[in-house]
Amino acid sequence: MFEPFMVNAWLAGTLVAVVSGAVGLFVVERHRAFAAHAIPNGAFAGAAGATLVGASPLLGLVVFAVASALGVAALGRRRNDVVTALALVTMLALGAALLAASGAYEPAIDALLFGQVLGVSRGEVVALALLVVGAGAVLALVFRPLLYSSLSEEVAAARGVAVRALDATFLVLVAMTAALAVPVVGTLLTFALTVGPPAAARALARGAGRALALAAALSLACVWAAIASAYLSGWPIGFFVGAYAAVEYVVARAASAWREGRARP
Amino acid sequence: MHWLVEPGFWSNPVVGPALVLGAVVAAVSAAVGVVVVVRGQSFAGHALTDVAMAGGAGASLVGASPLLGFLLAGIVGGGSIEAAGAERVRDRDVATGVVLGAAAGLTALLLYFVSSSTSATGSTQSVLFGSVFTVSRSVVPLGVAVAAATLVTLFSVRRPLLLSSLSPELAAARGVRPRVMGLVFVVVLAASVALSALVIGAILSTALLVGPASAALRVSRGLVGATVGAIVAGVASVELGILASYDSFYWSAAHRSVPVSACVVGVVLVEVAAATVWSRWRRGRG
Amino acid sequence: MGCEPLPEGRRELVHVHDVEVTLGGRTVLRDVDFRIAEGEFVGLIGTNGSGKTTLLRAILGLQPTSGGEVVVAGREGRRGGPVGYVPQRVTFDHDVPVRVADFVALGVDGTRLGLARRGRGVRERVDEVLASLELGALAGRRIGALSGGEQQRVLMAHALASRPRLLLLDEPLANLDLPRVHETIAVLDRVRRSEGVAVLLSAHEIGPLVPVMDRVVYVAQGRVACGTTGEVVRPEVLSALYGHHVDVLNVHGRVVVVEGEPGDPGAHPEVVVR
Ligand SMILES: Nc1ncnc2c1ncn2[C@@H]1O[C@H](COP(=O)(O)OP(=O)(O)OP(=O)(O)O)[C@@H](O)[C@H]1O
Ligand SMILES: [Mg+2]
Repeated sequence: MFEPFMVNAWLAGTLVAVVSGAVGLFVVERHRAFAAHAIPNGAFAGAAGATLVGASPLLGLVVFAVASALGVAALGRRRNDVVTALALVTMLALGAALLAASGAYEPAIDALLFGQVLGVSRGEVVALALLVVGAGAVLALVFRPLLYSSLSEEVAAARGVAVRALDATFLVLVAMTAALAVPVVGTLLTFALTVGPPAAARALARGAGRALALAAALSLACVWAAIASAYLSGWPIGFFVGAYAAVEYVVARAASAWREGRARP
Repeated sequence: MHWLVEPGFWSNPVVGPALVLGAVVAAVSAAVGVVVVVRGQSFAGHALTDVAMAGGAGASLVGASPLLGFLLAGIVGGGSIEAAGAERVRDRDVATGVVLGAAAGLTALLLYFVSSSTSATGSTQSVLFGSVFTVSRSVVPLGVAVAAATLVTLFSVRRPLLLSSLSPELAAARGVRPRVMGLVFVVVLAASVALSALVIGAILSTALLVGPASAALRVSRGLVGATVGAIVAGVASVELGILASYDSFYWSAAHRSVPVSACVVGVVLVEVAAATVWSRWRRGRG
Repeated sequence: MGCEPLPEGRRELVHVHDVEVTLGGRTVLRDVDFRIAEGEFVGLIGTNGSGKTTLLRAILGLQPTSGGEVVVAGREGRRGGPVGYVPQRVTFDHDVPVRVADFVALGVDGTRLGLARRGRGVRERVDEVLASLELGALAGRRIGALSGGEQQRVLMAHALASRPRLLLLDEPLANLDLPRVHETIAVLDRVRRSEGVAVLLSAHEIGPLVPVMDRVVYVAQGRVACGTTGEVVRPEVLSALYGHHVDVLNVHGRVVVVEGEPGDPGAHPEVVVR
């Protein structure tokens, strides 16, 4: 399973796993799972639109993902789940209309939804590596205020944290991750990595730094196991990622419940 | 009226069932949606459409009725969200995400089996985007029956449901079991989502669940008023959307119609925007 | 009554100047005008929904005002001033991977960008604050797994950690047991005397505050009035404020505010001060 044609798949999977795990910890901390699901889907409309006008699908992905992120950030201050749902259906409907207008071919949709990790090119790996570096730098820069405002936006704002700007920055980070990871591994897979492993990590780790490292590690384990399983069985990788992420979460919850039960005599 | 309703709209054989089923589904979604929005479960409501997709794919693999597949998957998926996250409301987001991720993976697997065992294509697209125009007349009675059962159930549990939505602890103290209520509601939600995913596709299902309800809740303070308003808004958006989609075939130069889902979402967005502007204006006046 | 002038020889720290706040089309506060001096301990009282939280948030710059201005430490009300804040209600996720000590440290360096290691000064300050509130034993626990009262005291430590010049505390005593109430008040009293911190604290039970409180600001019908503790904590004034007969008793050298009918010794059904 380490043949030359698999090398890019392993590399891409590794990069996506690290960035999804790290960004995902804050997705979970900030209760933004729905947005993390909606933004890649918004990006999907962008790819359809770009195909229609003959532009690069990547450009479409980036523009639409960032636009959905900023829309959710601007409108979704209070009822963020409702606004996210509306943003999501808007983008999907737009995608449907664009697809109908362009008469695009269905396998392209399947590829966007479920990814095609085996067809990853060298260029895409490089783009993903740049994403990992960029996302890592942004996360490192805003780590503390981001954590602070996740704990209590009110208290952080009172201390002078620019909570709105931070929220928008964070969602754009989610959007960039979506735009670059979606064509490689698909929207579903990106999302599964963004929630399951980080939620498992935060149930187990005590400090925020450790939780971040553990989230990335669990996400990596999930992707590696999934690539190997997909290779051996010939089944789609999305299935394994979704299943392994769920297993990690369930096991971590059970472990933390058990530990708490023991701690309390 | 000619400029509004293009020729053949009323006599077209697919338009009739589409209007009837669309209205039924919209009414159920809107009523269930009010509770979804009040409970802050839009994400779960949306996730269940993806979960239902797994059921749909499974059903087409074994040759069962898709509605059955949607329903079963929705109930199992909703039940596991509820089981994983009901303890603490704020964890529900994560539980929903994990179930959604797993269900999406399962859908991928089942669709892979479907596509490798048959040569049929188009299953993804029809599940995602659906089209009321392709719904067969034979689904109408079953759809109406499921819709009626859903509405009756929702109506009869509305009080304890509302109490447990506002405060699970208070409800528990009053003898309502919040987990049981959560489960009952998830079954109602799964039925509504299954119905709408079958008839109108996953996108529309979320739009009709959340859109009319949130528009109505912006305008009305009471729950009854909001439910009535949501039903009116939901039915209107489906009927107008179908009409616009039908008409767009004649309006566009290339004679390509805009998909129903896009048209309905457009109407829903206009409703939400109007409701927001109206509530701001009213509040501004004091 | 008595919103001005400041106590003799004290420097002004807060000036709330003709502030008006409108919420959802309703004017919740109007013509609010008072000053607080350095080192002053001011109680904020008023019935439920009278606007105490709104006033504190306006001073913090979290609540936009529809008129007037707030000056804190010479700067017009902006967020991020030298202010410690304990909100009325904070709910932490059970699973949040943050320890008590980490959260208190965020009060000092939570606005700082970058990943630089937390300095020794910050860690020492955190230990010191936790010790002063007798929270040392909780330092390594996860914040989401604490009891309501423990969380409230941790929030107090968090507010104190950055050595603010002003403390805005929204019902910080509401969930505390009686010894903790007195202990917390003693800590606040010590801080304001030794470091000159001004305290504005909202409470429904003012009895325990009477010994340390310099003045009382009270909110009623959207307006604010002030008085020294001696002027306000009197049966006539409090009865008028709450619209209900209230007695002020002196028991074992402590002031106790009770509800009841005058001249009816058996009718003190509810002791307001716990
Ligand atoms: N977002 C809002 N929209 C409309 N009205 C609001 C809003 N927030 C608060 N209010 C109203 O403003 C008034 C003041 O509220 P506030 O929270 O300041 O009261 P409070 O004095 O802190 O009460 P409590 O003692 O119960 O904490 C209340 O009548 C409340 O109903
Ligand atoms: Mg208050």
